[in-house]
Amino acid sequence: MKTNLKLFLAAGLLLGLALALLVSPFASSEPDGLQKVAEDEGFLATAVDHDLADGPLAAYSVDGVDQERVSTGLSGVIGVLVTFGLGLAVFAVVRLLRPVEQRDRQRDPTVT
Amino acid sequence: MHVPDGFFNAATSVGAGVVSAGALAASLRQAARDLTDRLTPMAGLVAAFIFALQMLNFPVASGTSGHLLGGALAAVLVGPWAATLCIAVVLAVQGLLFADGGLSAYGLNVLLIAVVPSFVGWFVFKAVRTALPKRPQTVVVGSAIAALVSVPVAAAVFSLLYRVGGAVDLSFGSVLGAMVGVHVLVGIGEAIITAAVISAVMSTRPDLVLGAADLTPALDLRTPVGAR
Repeated sequence: MKTNLKLFLAAGLLLGLALALLVSPFASSEPDGLQKVAEDEGFLATAVDHDLADGPLAAYSVDGVDQERVSTGLSGVIGVLVTFGLGLAVFAVVRLLRPVEQRDRQRDPTVT
Repeated sequence: MHVPDGFFNAATSVGAGVVSAGALAASLRQAARDLTDRLTPMAGLVAAFIFALQMLNFPVASGTSGHLLGGALAAVLVGPWAATLCIAVVLAVQGLLFADGGLSAYGLNVLLIAVVPSFVGWFVFKAVRTALPKRPQTVVVGSAIAALVSVPVAAAVFSLLYRVGGAVDLSFGSVLGAMVGVHVLVGIGEAIITAAVISAVMSTRPDLVLGAADLTPALDLRTPVGAR
């Protein structure tokens, strides 16, 4: 089965958005592996506050949205969209750097 | 395993920053060789999808969680160089918008979460593919083993760096044992998620999996017999 490329990308993005919006609010909020080790080994206290800890999306919650799960989900949606946009921008640069001998692949006839 | 500000001394953070900058510059050039037109937008999707997956912390032991790092997953899909760029993009968004991962530790995080898992994942994946028959199923198996190995290796590299420039003078063995111990468990989750995603892409668009390029030969242009 060959799915149209644009359809595939759209489906992938939608799935990512759904995971961020609907599943991430129910993710474990226990400390992660590194935090736990830092706590056990006694160096967690050396962590200093993030420079942007007061940002509008800091710690995966949207300023002004008080319902915690909604706030987490919305922040995830924003993150997925921003990451997609920045990713496309970075890979547009990568495409410009493509070696000349591979330029013919730009007219790849299998692109659908 | 996002490193916050303060865990490492300034020299180590700067050193990691310099090494990461070099790795990213090399990745830009090398990814250009790996990516075809089809894989270029795919790489943007890989970054966005891994951002979402990294939000999904799963419990690994009592009082501890873990989440996908995604380097091995990205490497199997778009190659290790583009994978490094994908994860570096995720880390930049996390650090700048979500206050996740210290800004002074960006270089450390690129090394530990982008470079090491992507390349370790890629080499393990290639090794497994070489050892097993050339079949689509082995792509899924290879990606799972690559993911499983990549996480504890990144944890071991953290321990090594901590020995070099950690804020507290701790026994290397003690940090290593604790880090690898918990990240072997995280690696099991990483392997399950990676295998599920690779399996889904292999069953819909195997041509979008760079690590399976040998199974989908380049388009063979043929002319009708006798036509010249």
